[in-house]
Amino acid sequence: MTPKLPDAEALLPKLAAELKARVTPASAMIGLHTGGAWVAERLHPLLGFKDPLGLMDIAFYRDDYAKEGLKHDPKKTRIPFEVEGRDLLLVDDVLYTGRTVRAAMNELFDYGRPRSIALVVLADRGGRQLPIEAQFCGAKVEVPAGRRLRLKRAASGKLALELEDGG
Amino acid sequence: MAANPQLNANGELQHLLSIEGLPRDILLQILDTAEPFAGVTEREVKKVPLMRGKSVFNLFFEASTRTRTTFEIAAKRLSADVINLNVAVSSQSKGESLLDTVANLSAMQADVFVVRHASSGAPYLIARHVKPHEHVINAGDGRHAHPTQGLLDLYTIRHYKKDFGRLTVAVVGDVLHSRVARSLIHGLTTLGVPEVRVIGPQTLMPAGVEALGVRVFHDMRAGLKDCDVVVMLRLQNERMNGPLLPSAQEFFKNYGLTAEKLALAKADAIVMHPGPMNRGVEIDSPVADGPHSVILPQVTFGIAVRMAVMSIVAGN
Repeated sequence: MTPKLPDAEALLPKLAAELKARVTPASAMIGLHTGGAWVAERLHPLLGFKDPLGLMDIAFYRDDYAKEGLKHDPKKTRIPFEVEGRDLLLVDDVLYTGRTVRAAMNELFDYGRPRSIALVVLADRGGRQLPIEAQFCGAKVEVPAGRRLRLKRAASGKLALELEDGG
Repeated sequence: MAANPQLNANGELQHLLSIEGLPRDILLQILDTAEPFAGVTEREVKKVPLMRGKSVFNLFFEASTRTRTTFEIAAKRLSADVINLNVAVSSQSKGESLLDTVANLSAMQADVFVVRHASSGAPYLIARHVKPHEHVINAGDGRHAHPTQGLLDLYTIRHYKKDFGRLTVAVVGDVLHSRVARSLIHGLTTLGVPEVRVIGPQTLMPAGVEALGVRVFHDMRAGLKDCDVVVMLRLQNERMNGPLLPSAQEFFKNYGLTAEKLALAKADAIVMHPGPMNRGVEIDSPVADGPHSVILPQVTFGIAVRMAVMSIVAGN
């Protein structure tokens, strides 16, 4: 049977409210391509940061290059602020093995030494292969074996979590 | 049907030997991948861990410091180990065959061979004999091809002009001896540039050049009219006083790019040159250093393009 998935749109204000308490003058936000960037684009304007949103594609830091090769169409990482000494909120859509977050932290340190990094995810589906946890999580979601939890964005900009085939 | 020697069984780029024969989607994949690498080269830490543990052998059977250096920088920025071999002055002079040289290097656990050779086709021969996990990148073979130069030219044109679909591009000078020109012309036509022109004296035009889909001009002023992009080719020193040309001065008068001739192109035209330049032979200094010139950005983009090519082939 298919479990009922949380409404992504309803999770956004809840996450924003939790983050608000955490934001300091040294805070800045970075979204991970592609789904994490969508979530970050929605959260960023609600939180009054002084810097624009940063966007990151971790294609060049993945740990499966030797096996899978380079993924098609990597995007340019754009971090329009100094990372050094900042409190960074790293945003992704779905937290699963933790490998994307590991790669993102490696890439971040090539930009500078942040004071802290907190992980913000819309959904945590479990299945961690690395010791990584989210400090801010919209919802925990159970995903049946052989299915994958994905964030989709409609033409209207509306976000929705969906299950699709594939592990 | 003979398989495309550059692609693997899945249709992915296994070796980069020539722009000729590369499908449009692979050309675009290389240009699209080069863009984020250009971002890496602007950072303080200009290095990504992608090719950590891989070995890139720069195999130069013909000297070319500049091309070798850009491949070396690209490989280092991908965290690969780079081994530079100037084979022209080592084993080959002791009589070792090309394939024996490669077999020896392969035994040293190579992943990528970057090959420059005076004979057309040498990189193809090597690509046919390497192991499945080894990759060959052509860094210039005889008069045949110089695909990474062609790709960086395409990247530069897209960077400044965005869309290939409405451009007029002129390639000027010694088209006959230029491997850069051939690679570039193939790329431009594959990516849908509606008008590619070649400009030069009859003696420096390859026979049947029209078959590449270009318009031929012997009058530079007519050829430059309304161009968006002007690509100047290097006139090789050894040609200047050869039988094909009266003199360098004469060549400059007819085919050297001056501000006065460039004024015939569009007001926002860009001027490119693969380097090294002969100032006062094919290009006048005020143009080379002027506001239309993108010659130095080409060099910077070249590193990102070579990073893209290496990381794509080594991952396939």
